[in-house]
Amino acid sequence: MFRRARRPSPGWLVLPPLLALAIALPWAAEALGTPASTGLATRMAIYAIAASALNLVLGYGGMVSFGHAAFFGLGGYTVGILYAHWSWQEPLWGFIPGTTSLPVTLLAAMAVGGAGAALIGALSLRTRGVQFIMITLAFAQMLFFLFVSLKAYGGDDGLSVRRQGEFPGLNLRDAAQLYWLCLSLLVAWLLLLWRVTRSRFGQVLSGARQSERRLQALGIAPYPYKLAAFILSGMGAALAGALMANYARFVSPDMLAWTKSGELMIMVILGGVGTLMGPVLGAIALVGLEYWLAALTEHWQFVLGPLLIAVVLFARGGLMALLRRPGAPGRAQA
Amino acid sequence: MTAPLLLVEGLHKRFGGLRATDDLSLAVRMGELHALIGPNGAGKSTAIGQITGEIRPDAGRILFAGRDITRLPPARRVRRGLSRTFQIVQLLDEATTLENVALAVQAQQGHSFRFWRDARRDERLRQPARLLLLQAGVEPALWERPAGDLSAGARKQLELALALAAAPRLLLLDEPMAGLGPSESRAMTETLRGLKGRMAILLVEHDMEAVFALADRVSVLVDGRCLASGPPEEIRADPAVRAAYLTEDEEG
Repeated sequence: MFRRARRPSPGWLVLPPLLALAIALPWAAEALGTPASTGLATRMAIYAIAASALNLVLGYGGMVSFGHAAFFGLGGYTVGILYAHWSWQEPLWGFIPGTTSLPVTLLAAMAVGGAGAALIGALSLRTRGVQFIMITLAFAQMLFFLFVSLKAYGGDDGLSVRRQGEFPGLNLRDAAQLYWLCLSLLVAWLLLLWRVTRSRFGQVLSGARQSERRLQALGIAPYPYKLAAFILSGMGAALAGALMANYARFVSPDMLAWTKSGELMIMVILGGVGTLMGPVLGAIALVGLEYWLAALTEHWQFVLGPLLIAVVLFARGGLMALLRRPGAPGRAQA
Repeated sequence: MTAPLLLVEGLHKRFGGLRATDDLSLAVRMGELHALIGPNGAGKSTAIGQITGEIRPDAGRILFAGRDITRLPPARRVRRGLSRTFQIVQLLDEATTLENVALAVQAQQGHSFRFWRDARRDERLRQPARLLLLQAGVEPALWERPAGDLSAGARKQLELALALAAAPRLLLLDEPMAGLGPSESRAMTETLRGLKGRMAILLVEHDMEAVFALADRVSVLVDGRCLASGPPEEIRADPAVRAAYLTEDEEG
């Protein structure tokens, strides 16, 4: 008698047609004579994975990480370094053979990203608030300068990945096929996040955001749960970085720069903190705006800045809040 | 005589020059309702902080059910059966009333490294949560409302439900009447009377009416130490207690 009726919310009715549109995008781009759109959409999908990963810790867990570019970059460099050793025909550290197999490099990237997040998270999560922001930033900067100094892998200039990853049954040199792969991974990642945030683990994570003191009093020590979320988040960001290395055929320390961490954070805030689809919207909006504004003027950041301020001021809860209550300004929420 | 459930021995805590806890000793027996009273600044909050594990004492020890818990982290103490409520309620304000208690139930069912099943539809969590809400006197109409929207009285009741979810052997109540109106206060007194005997309760409270109506024994804390400990009538008659506390309270 207490059971709530299982009625899908309106949002769920919108998703299937949106997904169909996303799948059809490469054909539409071909038909409209703008094949470059497929590449743009690929970048959007990749950043959507990274931003959703950040949102798991930032939005659901209340951990404001300003160093997520570190995991994005670690994922990218895993692909780049494995390719480099494959092309030199010389195993890494004498025993890890290089490879261009995409399933292998993606899994390796996620393992490296997860390990990095475990290490950085284990230390950073002993702090809170501004301290946590600064320490995650500091770790990301350390990794940034590490890769700048690694001359074997191109240092400042970065590393070209001249051979596309090989995925059984796919030809990833075809832009459309690479796009579909990124889109499927995005959908799978969102599905995972959707389950995780509603699970028992997700309830603890959300509790840690709202009151750690309350969690302690219930007999739950928040630290291991926050660390697990941080690791999962690092793995997602690394997956995105690995895909980006395949898309751009290039990795460089820019992937680990603090501005990249900032961009991911902007995507999350722009789209809607702590919502499943918010970071996806944020990624689409930011990558899209960058693309179109850059085509209009080279001072595109001059236009982007005020736009972001407007969203933060007038749409609390980001684009998701605007979509949920059309016509009602977000700040009415108070 | 059986060993006390909670035994505090020679506890000391200094903050700079202030002796917040000064050689405090205290014993709570199995099943009794033990009230801890004292004027403002007597060190009640610091004493609670040390018993629950949020504050580490400089010296002394705390035994719970015969085992030393002096250095045990707060969450582990709760799992041993020592749960508490807060003077200033600590709730998950964005979650509904029922979700708050469901998480408390979840905490009792082992670790929460479960990533797939929807916890918000899990009847193994929601069913026990509803029983606890009834037990603590929270009206069913409030169960699906965010905890942040509840009245002060309902929030105190929800706090109690959360503490009861841990199936405590000792329930530490930090001023459960603070901020309540007269009728809410009476309702809380009745709820506590119903709990009495089913577990030991350490009640920290300013409301003297409630304390003397409920307590089996009363300890008086003054200047960080236990001035007197005994049945309510004895405490009321104790000249030292009257001098240090009760008269001052009547005048003020």
